[in-house]
Order: sequence, then structure tokens, then C-alpha cells
Amino acid sequence: MMDLSSINPILLVASIMVSATPILLAAIGEMVVEKSGVLNLGVEGMMITGAVVGFAVAVNSTSPALGFVAAALASALLALSFGLLTQFLLSNQVATGLGLTLVGLGLSSLIGKPYEGMKSPTLPKLDIPLLSDLPVVGRMLFSHDLMVYFSLALVVAVWAFLKHTRAGLILRAVGESHDSAHALGYKVVMIRLMAILFGGACAGLGGAYLSLVRVPQWTEGMTAGAGWIALAIVVFASWRPGRVAIGAYLFGGVTVLQLNLQAAGAAVPVALLSASPYLVTILVLVIISARGAHAAPASLGRPFHASS
Amino acid sequence: MHRRTLLSTAALALTLGFGSAAAAQDVTAGFIYVGPVGDGGWTYEHNKGRLAVEEHFGDKVKTIYQESVPEGADAERAITQMALSGADIIFTTSFGYMDPTIAVAEKFPNVKFEHATGYKRADNVSVYSARFYEGRAIQGHIAGSMTKTNKIGYIASYPIPEVIRGINAAYIHAKKVNPDVEFSIIWAYTWFDPAKEADAARALIENGADVILQHTDSTAPQAAAAEAGNVITFGQASDMIEYAPTPRVSSIIDNWAPYYIDRVQAVMDGSWTSEDTWDGIGPGMVGIGEITDAVPAEVKAEALDLKAAIAAGDYHPFTGPINKADGSVWLAEGEVADDGTLLGMDFYVEGINAEIPQ
Repeated sequence: MMDLSSINPILLVASIMVSATPILLAAIGEMVVEKSGVLNLGVEGMMITGAVVGFAVAVNSTSPALGFVAAALASALLALSFGLLTQFLLSNQVATGLGLTLVGLGLSSLIGKPYEGMKSPTLPKLDIPLLSDLPVVGRMLFSHDLMVYFSLALVVAVWAFLKHTRAGLILRAVGESHDSAHALGYKVVMIRLMAILFGGACAGLGGAYLSLVRVPQWTEGMTAGAGWIALAIVVFASWRPGRVAIGAYLFGGVTVLQLNLQAAGAAVPVALLSASPYLVTILVLVIISARGAHAAPASLGRPFHASS
Repeated sequence: MHRRTLLSTAALALTLGFGSAAAAQDVTAGFIYVGPVGDGGWTYEHNKGRLAVEEHFGDKVKTIYQESVPEGADAERAITQMALSGADIIFTTSFGYMDPTIAVAEKFPNVKFEHATGYKRADNVSVYSARFYEGRAIQGHIAGSMTKTNKIGYIASYPIPEVIRGINAAYIHAKKVNPDVEFSIIWAYTWFDPAKEADAARALIENGADVILQHTDSTAPQAAAAEAGNVITFGQASDMIEYAPTPRVSSIIDNWAPYYIDRVQAVMDGSWTSEDTWDGIGPGMVGIGEITDAVPAEVKAEALDLKAAIAAGDYHPFTGPINKADGSVWLAEGEVADDGTLLGMDFYVEGINAEIPQ
């Protein structure tokens, strides 16, 4: 009785892209942070702050675009507090990151109280000339909102930045050996602060995508662990932008696919379907990372002080 | 590890012992929540019950709560913590807290525990739940009458008797008014994850469902349905009136306040005993939210008749003839289901073409 004809592949792929985007945004930002040698476990807190601020600003200004900008700024600001604590006061990164998550969750429910049950303007779907009109792929790939394409472009930009620019090389050097980078005259703390701000902004965008597009509404605690998934994807993707994208799309994709299989009544054990996003993502990323160098940045999580 | 826990427990007990001796309140009531109080559904309503207790008793009762406590091992820690901090009665408000509640209750014989939706009791553990399936029957009636695609989507949480009961009650009454109706069920394996709940609603809608019933706690499926258009939904646990008149056309509202007030009063009077409470529409533990004008007038009238009959005890939603999914007879003509079978329900009724996950 495997009748899967009710699944529409066009709608399925479109849903997968929407489902993968928040995690992708948060993960690519965190990857840059970790590449600079900083472990920020506050992704969940920054995401949910982005979700609530993005929603609140979009409701008040009736402009979702403004909501995204505000979300990025607010989460970057939250990340800055993490940056100041860990980079200048040399607090423990793990503890501070966890604290950031708690602060974000608490702060967001406070800010969000008046916005429960409200509706917000959502991002319009783009109508790209020619491309959107193509049969099948037009609807599948070229009729999404701007953030979907922005997140993918961001992956390419981060990849190009890390691989092909001098600034990217310096960032990686700081992450591998902050003492050597410091000896060469690079401003380790400033570089890390920039990376932390970038990571915060990305997490904020990811959160805002949840509250403005994917759900779309504000509910307390609505990230429900998405930030932790993003953190895990960075590790399993062995700190490579392309693999982060694969990981986010696999996780988002398999999540939506398994829900569709259930909705269509597929004769596959539900427990297996339900666990499949985790299993498939980890399995695939481990397999593609099996060969070659894939160690964590050597200075990851270690505090740096110029006098040491 | 063990010794350290013991030591810190003893130390905490000591400090708290002094603390509660000085406390002005007569009774401290604690609540353990599975989601955030702002989920707009299940936990939101339990928290409303807590606030009602505060309002009713004023200074005589202090309430404390912890939200977003995961079901399973960590729950035991949270409940223990609450017992140590001087709670006289603790309401653990999700099915998955059943074993942790029993375990902690053994260690604190003087603290009263109230576990929602479970079935394990002890001298100091009561269980309470609401007959949500009565509300599900009414939802099923409206859903079956209104669907145009004859496909009803159901976002289920975990395969436990309470959830299965809801699916069966809704199906039986949808089928009664619409023999062609089909149920398409998604197990989300979560009580609260708005993004996943929205994805599940979208998957059901994309697979042809035009009615979404949910047994998860957030309003996300309502938002997804609103976006899709031409889909109707029902508020779950809470009224979710902000999504009326469509997609939300009615709702099941959990009303815990009277029960919570009663039980706290019993602790105060020293008359508390372990009990098993399972109330429905009649006593008011289950409310039916306003049926909006999106529902045709005659369907609304039928739904209200059904509600009145259930409330009066004239009609039981599980009245035979009903067969199990495997074709065997469950209830003969006119036979009414007993509570024991309902409480342990682990089968679908005939017509639901799916397997219950093990």
C-alpha cells in the first residue's frame, strides 16, 4: 500500500529549501566564528533573539526586510556581549556561550509577550523573470523569498572569503594559532570580535527566518533546539562551507521528506522516519569527511591574552 | 557522583528546611511544565490554572513553576529540586513525567504529587486528566462535515493512549457524517517545536488535507494553515482564538483552574488523598471554544447538540458497534467503552488505514 502519489515533488523541494534556510544561516555564521578559534555555544540564544526582534520590528514597521535587518543587529549585539566577556575579560567560552543561550531565551520571552498570537507581514516570494516561469524548476527552485537565495550566496561568499582572500587567510591563521598570528602583528582580539559579530548576525537572520517565514509567528521558545542542530552541523561538516550547506539541506530536507512520507502513509516504521534527519545528516557528513584533513581549528575554544 | 548528589541534597534540604520554617505561606504549590508558558496551548492553560490558584488563595498560597522541563531523566532532577525547595504539592503536567513523578514521590512521602494524563498512582500521587476525546468527537463531526477533499490531517505527538484515543474519537465521528473520509496521521515525536509543527501541517496540506487536527502544543499549525488558505483547524488545549474565524473554527479548551484550586485547598485542610480524576465536558474540565461562522449553521447546531448530549451523559463518544482496525469486534451494538480500555488504548478503530508506531 505504498502509494506516494500524493507527494508533489515540486512542493516538496520548495518546502525543503524553506526548512533548511534557518539552520543554514545560523551554521554558516557559527562556522566563521569557530574558524577564528572561538567556540560560541550561544547560537540558540542568538537565534531566538533574532526571531523575536525580527518579528517585533516587522509587525511594527510592516516591513519584513526591516525585521531581518533588526534581527541581525540585535543578535550581533548579543554576540558582542559574548565577545567582550570572552575576548577582553577572558571568561570561559563554553560557560559564557551557555549563558548567552539562557539570556537569549529569557530576553526573547520578555520582549515577545505582547506579540504572541499576532500575525506579521511575511517576505514576498520572488518572481524572477524567465527563471520563475520555467516549468517545474521555476516553482521548485526559482520562486522563493530573497532570504533563501541570500543564505546560499552567503555560503559561497564565506567559502571565497576563507579560501581566496588575504583577510580570510588571516582569520584562519588566528583560529589555528593565535600566538603565531599575534607574533606576526595581527590583532587577534579584533579579528575574533568581527567573527563573533558576523556569527551573531547570521544566527539572528536564521531566527528571523523562523518567525517571519517558516512558521510564521512568534511563539516563546520557538527555535526549540535549532541552534544546537546548527552547532552540530558545523562539527560534522568539519568546518567547510560547502559541507555546512549540504548538512543543513540534508537535515532540513530529510525532516520535510519524512513528514511527507508519513502524510502520504508510507509503510516505513515511524520511529525510523522520525530519527532519519539525524541519522542521515550525520552519516552523510561523516562519509564525505572520511578522507582528508578535517581537524578543528587548533586554537578553538582556547583563551588568548596578548601577554601570555 | 552518587555521594556528591546525596551531600548536596542534604545541604539543600538543610538550608531549605530553615527557609520554609520562616515562610509566611501556608502552602507552596509547584508546577512542572513541558513547554514554555507562552506556548499558546497546553502549558499556557496549565499556567492559567496556576495563576487562578494564586488569585483564589492570595497570600496563603505561594506557587512556583519550572517550564520547558524535558520528559525523561532530567524531569526527575527538576521535580526533586522542586520538592526540596519546599513545595507541599507538585503538579507534573505531562505524560512523560509519570515514572519520574513516582520515583520522586517515593523519596518525599510528605509531599503530595499530582500527575497529569498518566495512570500510575501511589499514596502521595494522584492522577488527573481530562476527557479530551469528548472534544475530539465534536471536532471530528465538524471536520467530517466540512472537508471537501475528504482528507483530514492529524498532527500527533507521541503514540500514547491519550493521543490514540483522540484520533479514534475524531475519526469515528468524522466517518459517521462522511463515509469517504480518510485520516492522514503524522507523528511529530514532540509536544512543542513550532517549526516542525508548521512543517508537518504544510506536509499534510500539500498531500491534500483540508482539515488539520493537532495534538501538539503550539499555534504553529494554525499559522501554516492560515498561510495556505482554504484549510480549517481547531485550537488545541487552548482557545487559539487569534486564528478565528478561520482557519480555527472551534477548539478544545483545557480548564484546570477549578481542579487545581480544589486540590490545593485539600492540602490546606489536610484532607488530601490520592485520587483518580478524569473529567470531561460535563464537569467543565473540557471546554469547547466558540464555533465560528465559517462552519455552516446546521453543522454548528449538530455539533452543539452532540456537545450537550455528551455533557449530560446521554451519549458516550465510544458507543458500539465499533470494530478494531484488525476487524475484530471491540464494542457490540449499544455497548459503551469502559474507562480501563480507554486509558490503555493502543489500537486504532476500523477504517484508520495506518499502523501505530511501537
